[in-house]
Amino acid sequence: MHHTSSAYRWFLRFNYVILTVIALLCLFPIVNILAISFSSSTAVNAGSVTLWPVDFTLSSYRYMLENNQFIHSFGTSLLRVVLGVSVNLLFTILVAYPLSKEAATFRSRTAYAWIFVFTMLFGGGLIPGYLVVKEMGLLDSVWALVLPGAVPIFNVLLMLNFFRGLPKELEEAAWMDGAGHLRTLWSVYLPVSLPSIATVTLFSLVGHWNAWFDGMIYMRSPEHYPLATYLQSILQQVSVQNENVTFEQAALLNEISDRTTQASQIFLSILPILAIYPFLQRYFVHGLVVGSVKG
Amino acid sequence: MHFNPRQFLRNIPLHLMILPALLLVIIFSYIPMAGLVIAFQDFSPISGFRDMTWTGLENFRYLFDLPGFRQVVWNTVIISVLKIIAGLTIPVIAALLLNEVRANSFKRSIQTIIYMPHFFSWVILGGIIVDVLSPSSGIVNMLLKSLGIQPIQFLADNHWFRYVLVITDQWKEFGFGTIIYLAALTSIDQSLYEASIIDGAGRWKQTWHITLPGIRPIMILMLTLSLGNVLNGGFDQVFNLYNPLVYESGDILDTMIYRIGLQEAQYSVSTALGLIKSVVSFVFIGLGYYLAYRFAKYRIF
Repeated sequence: MHHTSSAYRWFLRFNYVILTVIALLCLFPIVNILAISFSSSTAVNAGSVTLWPVDFTLSSYRYMLENNQFIHSFGTSLLRVVLGVSVNLLFTILVAYPLSKEAATFRSRTAYAWIFVFTMLFGGGLIPGYLVVKEMGLLDSVWALVLPGAVPIFNVLLMLNFFRGLPKELEEAAWMDGAGHLRTLWSVYLPVSLPSIATVTLFSLVGHWNAWFDGMIYMRSPEHYPLATYLQSILQQVSVQNENVTFEQAALLNEISDRTTQASQIFLSILPILAIYPFLQRYFVHGLVVGSVKG
Repeated sequence: MHFNPRQFLRNIPLHLMILPALLLVIIFSYIPMAGLVIAFQDFSPISGFRDMTWTGLENFRYLFDLPGFRQVVWNTVIISVLKIIAGLTIPVIAALLLNEVRANSFKRSIQTIIYMPHFFSWVILGGIIVDVLSPSSGIVNMLLKSLGIQPIQFLADNHWFRYVLVITDQWKEFGFGTIIYLAALTSIDQSLYEASIIDGAGRWKQTWHITLPGIRPIMILMLTLSLGNVLNGGFDQVFNLYNPLVYESGDILDTMIYRIGLQEAQYSVSTALGLIKSVVSFVFIGLGYYLAYRFAKYRIF
């Protein structure tokens, strides 16, 4: 398979260069934002910051970490992720297991599957969805961010396709030993499903961490915004609000600019994803491919 | 099939496992579908559902008479079609290039980097893109200036805005899109290549006659499945990048639904628009799945 014509060797060199450039283009904006966040506002406003901080300073981070709203939103997001991911994972597994059974042994399977899949294809839309959450009395509560998406159908499909790929003998052996459905699921299926569980966990985690729109419509007061919603609201805003600033904060404000604060907020908010991503990356490619492309 | 009591007893735990999720889906997915009736009413949040006046198709007529409506439909379709085309070609090219790399550590580093933007939200990327494209201080315009080109108002110019949407969408998603093609590439029968080398085929001919036909089924699958997105311009992206200056080229159905519904509080009109979008999308998704089943033997589960 290794072709050694000189044209091909040139192509290979060219290919390495192209791919490196593409990867750098993906990284560049993030490095740019990071550099801006560590630079002084004068350097940023003069436009001299590209990839490396100029006049290195931590002022914008100090300002952020003294900002109660930021800390509070970060906390709301953490709570949302912990609740949301647990609920998503529980329902993904509880729904995927029965649906992975053959229609011959579990006759209601097809009907159930269509009831769930139909919600992926058709929906009530913005206002009716909002009215239901409101009628349930969930406005302003973290449950408004967790319950409407509690059953992640796409993840259920990934998981059920993974379960179906497991050898039948595993289940038969478990039944032989007298295990029921719950026991089989817990002690036989789950331990061998780590790649799939890691994949759906990553998807649901990133989904909850990044979700901003539901926070905006279901939270009545900005104090209850999760981090992504808070960020959205300030990024759309023209300037930092200067109300209720203490004397120290006012002094700090002189050292920073909107661009440096926004950059530091952007960076702090992607930090958790950057931290988790490398550990789960090796799973999701496998999990995704097994779950979505069959045969 | 007859009712089999033993099988039924054995399956009770399965029904119980599904029950809680079923209830949640009924509450948060099916009840809102029933709530679509407000599209045919004059709903106001104060009076509630009870004393509602039925207005028939009044809300739909109002919508079609709105001056910008046709433009919004056109924007949505053109933006999503451009995105579908870009999403079908760019990830394939990137996957083909990656597939030629033999050094595994290099390949893996590139993959790690290009998958990453998929996991950032449009809020974050919106913030970054606004900064990078800023006419006064953004890095792109600084580069253009150094080449002697006038700064471009990428996000405030109706000529540029759609291209910015398509390019930034690809920037976020192309890497993730390569996953499926890379998987398809590894499943191509290696003996085909060996045979073609014996027949004297060069690298280019191998790509053209073996590799591309090898991933054609998955490309057709991705195309048919993307049909369902014809009325999805990408709410998150547009909402975080647009401003009134580019409504003319960038306003899409979802942003219009949001503005009419939550900003202008015209609940019924907004729901009517949502209903049109849902019905048309449903037809396209159905068509997409049917074609995917016909031509690529694809089944959802």
